[in-house]
Amino acid sequence: MNTNLQPSGSAYFITKPTAEPERHTLSVLVDNEPGILARIAGLFSARGFNIDSLTVSETNHEKGRSRITVVTVARPKVLRQIKLQLERLIPVHKVHDLTQEGKCLERELALVKVAGKGENRVETLRIADAFRAQVVDASTSSFIFEITGKSSKIEQFIALMMPLGLVEVVRTGISAISRGSSKM
Amino acid sequence: MSEQMSGAEMVLRALKDQNVEHIFGYPGGAVLPIYDAIFQQDDIKHILVRHEQGATHMAEGYARSTGKVGVVLVTSGPGATNAITGLTDALLDSIPLVCISGQVPTPLIGSDAFQECDTVGITRNCTKHNYLVKKIEDLPRILHEAFYIASSGRPGPVVVDIPKDVQFAMGDYYKPSNESDHKSYKPQLNGDLGAIEEAVNLMIRAEKPILYTGGGIINSGKEASESLRELAELTGFPVTSTLMGLGAFPAKSDQWLGMLGMHGTYEANLAMHDADLIVCLGARFDDRITGRLDAFAPNSTKIHVDIDPSSIGKTVHIDLPIIGDCNNIILEMIRIWREKTNQNRLSSSSVWWKQIEEWRDVKSLRYENSDEVIKPQFAIQRLNEAVKDKDTYITTEVGQHQMWAAQYFQFNEPNRFMTSGGLGTMGYGLPAAVGVQVAHPNAVVIDIAGEASVQMTMQEFSTAVQFRLPIKIFILNNEYMGMVRQWQQLLHGSRYSQSYSESLPDFVKLAEAMGGKGIRCDDPAKLDDAIQDMLDYDGPVLFDCRVSKEENCLPMIPSGKAHNEMILPETKDIGNVIDEKGKILV
Repeated sequence: MNTNLQPSGSAYFITKPTAEPERHTLSVLVDNEPGILARIAGLFSARGFNIDSLTVSETNHEKGRSRITVVTVARPKVLRQIKLQLERLIPVHKVHDLTQEGKCLERELALVKVAGKGENRVETLRIADAFRAQVVDASTSSFIFEITGKSSKIEQFIALMMPLGLVEVVRTGISAISRGSSKM
Repeated sequence: MSEQMSGAEMVLRALKDQNVEHIFGYPGGAVLPIYDAIFQQDDIKHILVRHEQGATHMAEGYARSTGKVGVVLVTSGPGATNAITGLTDALLDSIPLVCISGQVPTPLIGSDAFQECDTVGITRNCTKHNYLVKKIEDLPRILHEAFYIASSGRPGPVVVDIPKDVQFAMGDYYKPSNESDHKSYKPQLNGDLGAIEEAVNLMIRAEKPILYTGGGIINSGKEASESLRELAELTGFPVTSTLMGLGAFPAKSDQWLGMLGMHGTYEANLAMHDADLIVCLGARFDDRITGRLDAFAPNSTKIHVDIDPSSIGKTVHIDLPIIGDCNNIILEMIRIWREKTNQNRLSSSSVWWKQIEEWRDVKSLRYENSDEVIKPQFAIQRLNEAVKDKDTYITTEVGQHQMWAAQYFQFNEPNRFMTSGGLGTMGYGLPAAVGVQVAHPNAVVIDIAGEASVQMTMQEFSTAVQFRLPIKIFILNNEYMGMVRQWQQLLHGSRYSQSYSESLPDFVKLAEAMGGKGIRCDDPAKLDDAIQDMLDYDGPVLFDCRVSKEENCLPMIPSGKAHNEMILPETKDIGNVIDEKGKILV
């Protein structure tokens, strides 16, 4: 039943998309072996999927397992394909769509370098305090702040620092975990 | 129990333990230790190819005709890159291959050493899985795992890249006791019983059902073809198949509608379009099958049985997905169908079968024969007639001749038709025929070829001569890249840009120069005798069958059209059929 497809007057895959793209966070449990990141990233580029953010680190040293958090934007049908295609990769153990499965916690860390003197410097510290950003390095003309939180909070912090002498920013990308007692 | 041996010896030992009898390969610097190990044993026979692409297609033909894993051995660098086309072909058509490649010694990896390439990097997206073996301790496990991954679940190619120092290193060989106990790879073989029961309920209620089968039936083993026949017999449903599934259901059956899709029969495509229930068994709703997606089988409920979950719902919405091995699920369907009391075999006098008979009467495969020139369709029919009582395997290249073979040759058994479906690799058929003949030395193995495709891997004819493999290359020579020419006629005002096969070799002399036999025929009256000459000759034959030059492959669903908008054989001016939007499609 092709109820979800509207005639587009064209053919094959060129059908009018009916659903809007959604932002989803996926958690992927993999064997930490050489080339695994290239497999994941290669799959996204080969099949034309988006990656908004990708973080990876070994989370179980004994078994050599890594958790990869991928944030992607896609329509529901494509999201399903992304999950299934990831599961097809041999070293992939599990793929969870955290967004679909309910509330999840998402956090990101940023290091933000701000340079300035005089009144700006005081204002910088005041805002950092409000955002609970830590000063991790300081010189007479600069600070480096470490800030953790939702991406939106980090975006806001960066926006406020912009006029006060923002020099550069590095961000880790998003790590996410499901709420409650269950595990992946 | 473990034994000390070198990495190269482990390779041969693992192949032996996997019951491999033949491998297809080409030596080079980075695989010399393995070739030395080959020299010192008699269990595994090595077929020396002329180009590594040929080795991969031979292994594909070998695998597809036997159900076993095809094994390829190539050297580093160009050896590996030459194998890429065949690996990709095997991935798209789900053919189990293990390709062992040599690599420069581990200390040199990444230094742009002589004949170095990043084999695992290059093959990552054209294999089911791949490995770079950095330690001798990992080699036995990886070799056996490669066979398990290649052959289980949805089959596919696996590359094992072995650096030369690992081939020389000594280590303990062992055969893993339970290779199917992989930590993360666990293909689902048995379908959900509730879903199968629901499927049977839908089948019992359906008024206009159709079984749409594909290569998954072939991959599921000969038993799956038996089960399919039983299911069709039990239900009375009409059966159609993709290119990859031909032979799983006998073409001689009354319930057979012929192949579906772009060059499928009128009855198969119309039945798909009008069906109220499509039972897809091991096929994947490829774009050659569906045509215009938004007009594909608009009023049908769709059941999709597939071992690969990602195939389900990829392009077409599926109402009832069933994940698992085709044979297991068909057997369950049969069992549940028999248990039901309200089951009712679809009678051949039903409204649906009457409708199908009307479509059949259109005779969409009709063509105008000629006394003067050989029509390609006629040539295939005569070939079919000549071998119908023989143990025959057919391979093809890619193009018009491939579609004509699918349309006019009758396949009644599985594993008898080897063709490049997904990737559409010209040059597949000749080496594939070599691989099939290696596996079935006494069978008749024919490559139905085109004069353009066959030149892409022509040199493997010499392999056939060397190993006394009596393959028959039946070239439908129309002096055009026929399918390209047909599309240029369809879409580009018959401006035949670069599609004329200029400066063709004299195929008869070419065959003789390589040590085989050449036959030429351009007279329909002499065709039968010429085919008989070909079959009687105990050795490789190149048959140059001169056919009419501008024959079109019809019927056809033009790009951008639906199943019920087919071009039938009497359409003279095919150049006006496709609209602007359809032209951008392939």
